[in-house]
Amino acid sequence: MRARNLLAAAALFLPLPALAAAIEGQTQRQPTNWTAIAMFAGFVALTLAITRWAAKRTHTVADFYAAGGGVTGFQNGLAIAGDYMSAASFLGISAQIFTDGYDGLIYSIGFLVGWPILMFLMAEKLRNLGRFTFADVASFRFAQPAVRSFAAFSTLTVVAFYLIAQMVGAGQLIKLLFGLPYGSAVAIVGVLMIFYVLFGGMKATTWVQITKAVLLLGGASFMSVMVMAKVGFSPESLFMRAVQVKTDLATATGLDPVAAAAKGRSIMGPGNFIKDPISAISFGMALMFGTAGLPHILMRFFTVPNAREARKSVLWATVWIGYFYLLTFIIGFGAIVLVASDPQYLDAAGALLGGGNMAAIHLAKAVGGDVFLGFISAVAFATILAVVSGLTLSGASAISHDLYATVFCKSAADSGAELRVSRITTVVLGVFAILLGVVFEKQNIAFMVSLAFALAASGNFPVLLLSLLWKGCTTRGAVVGGFAGLLTALVLMILSPSIWVTVLHHEKAIFPYTSPAIFSMAVAFLTIWLVSLLDNSPRALIDRAGFDEQRVRSETGIGASVAAGH
Amino acid sequence: MTTSELAARVQASAKYQELTRKRTRFGWTLTVAMLIAYFGYVSLIAFDKALLAKPVGDGIISWGVPIGFGLIVFTVTITGLYVWRANAEFDALTKAIVDEAAQ
Repeated sequence: MRARNLLAAAALFLPLPALAAAIEGQTQRQPTNWTAIAMFAGFVALTLAITRWAAKRTHTVADFYAAGGGVTGFQNGLAIAGDYMSAASFLGISAQIFTDGYDGLIYSIGFLVGWPILMFLMAEKLRNLGRFTFADVASFRFAQPAVRSFAAFSTLTVVAFYLIAQMVGAGQLIKLLFGLPYGSAVAIVGVLMIFYVLFGGMKATTWVQITKAVLLLGGASFMSVMVMAKVGFSPESLFMRAVQVKTDLATATGLDPVAAAAKGRSIMGPGNFIKDPISAISFGMALMFGTAGLPHILMRFFTVPNAREARKSVLWATVWIGYFYLLTFIIGFGAIVLVASDPQYLDAAGALLGGGNMAAIHLAKAVGGDVFLGFISAVAFATILAVVSGLTLSGASAISHDLYATVFCKSAADSGAELRVSRITTVVLGVFAILLGVVFEKQNIAFMVSLAFALAASGNFPVLLLSLLWKGCTTRGAVVGGFAGLLTALVLMILSPSIWVTVLHHEKAIFPYTSPAIFSMAVAFLTIWLVSLLDNSPRALIDRAGFDEQRVRSETGIGASVAAGH
Repeated sequence: MTTSELAARVQASAKYQELTRKRTRFGWTLTVAMLIAYFGYVSLIAFDKALLAKPVGDGIISWGVPIGFGLIVFTVTITGLYVWRANAEFDALTKAIVDEAAQ
């Protein structure tokens, strides 16, 4: 009770939420929110302490890339969840549910279904074959320079698009939540991320991701319980009230009662998210197989000591991510009930204050007051930091481990020099990320994320899968097929409505579907198959001859390297 | 013994054959089950949107909600199923193979 009064007293000194009328644009700058800033400062202090602790224990490349292989399956599962549940999922999906209802669930399911596939076909083999990067696995029995170069190129491309999306999201979110200007928001994210990765490497990154996952899951759980408490813990009543709110809103726009009721009911079923069957399946393929090709996610499998822990990691990650998406559904519907009907969160025209992505943030205030609003804002920011750190580490390892140590030094680089290169790369990538964030301020984030998934599904996934499972796959097949998949995905994306019509202002898109994956994945698999089949080079003989040995190691772990390299 | 000799020996062992056969079959069976579940769900939406919007009984909750939630639970469960069998069966086989190879 006393604590509550104190909190209430503290709240009096906080700036009130923006009550200004007629706010437009996706990311209206908000008044400076001091609770959020204080909470966030607490998070930063905690993560910097973690980084200091990790820095003292980061001496070798194995520490830097793979946290010395000492992460447990449970910890890694949480870290994977922390790496994967981006602010875009949290704010974006709850906002989509807030606007369209059921469609948001379809989207979130797509982000979950890749995990079992990764588990059944790859997770244990990855751990048994690789040391630091997925390229270790993809190039295991192949000519190193060629496959490593492809893997590094593909990693950097996927990381770049994903990173731009996160940086832009970070800038807009911080502008929204803390009232800071876009440029400085992006710079803060970039500098903090450089700090974590540069000094703490994978150890710091892992614990930042774990901390963030716990905070995000805790915050989202609290919000969902509060929402359910407001509707008497009855799902029926939650959905009933949400439909009522949407019906009332539709009536207010002048629709007749029958049409308004239909509009209200429409949130309970699929809407416009899935258009034609080809787009639907193609988009589903990009999400499902892209998950199994994201370099920063694959890299997490080398932080655990063995295949058994790798397996546990995937299960825990799936549990947490699945749980999180169930919560976002409740949060989205809760926001319809508690936020969409409350004028304090709306402008004069009835739109959400601060833009569509603010649904979950306003709900935080509706169920937990200003202090919880500050908490959720800080968690959203922390979320971005955890994701960009993982991305940067993955990009840095592609350059230092795959390109510098293996291709440039022909695997003869000493650990100290490799570590130095990865640290320099981290700083360079961090600065690049800040610049890209500033340059691409107006980019559509959801599009960039879906592009990253489509590229990962069309390049990394086919190469990795066939190198692991098909004896006939050769160096030439993997490299040519991988590039063919990447290029097809890129070109089709440019010709698709999102770029050809929206950005380049052509009348009609040459490629009419929303996602290229169904075509680009087919191109990748067919090209790898055909080129490998026709490959009569001397190298092809070595590639095929190496399969049995690779298979024994991938299945049993005999000869697998332990990342602890002291 | 070189690594390739070791590999050849492991490959010839009956336990290794058993492990790879069982695990590969199990892995692909579950993969196909997951693909059918997910792309079945997506196709259901793509071809018949009205079906998922239909209420369960006479309440407000549509079929889409239990089906969507069910798919999430299915995804987690099928992943757990793999881990359960791998812990119980595959790990023991793997250990036997590794011990055999070390002799």
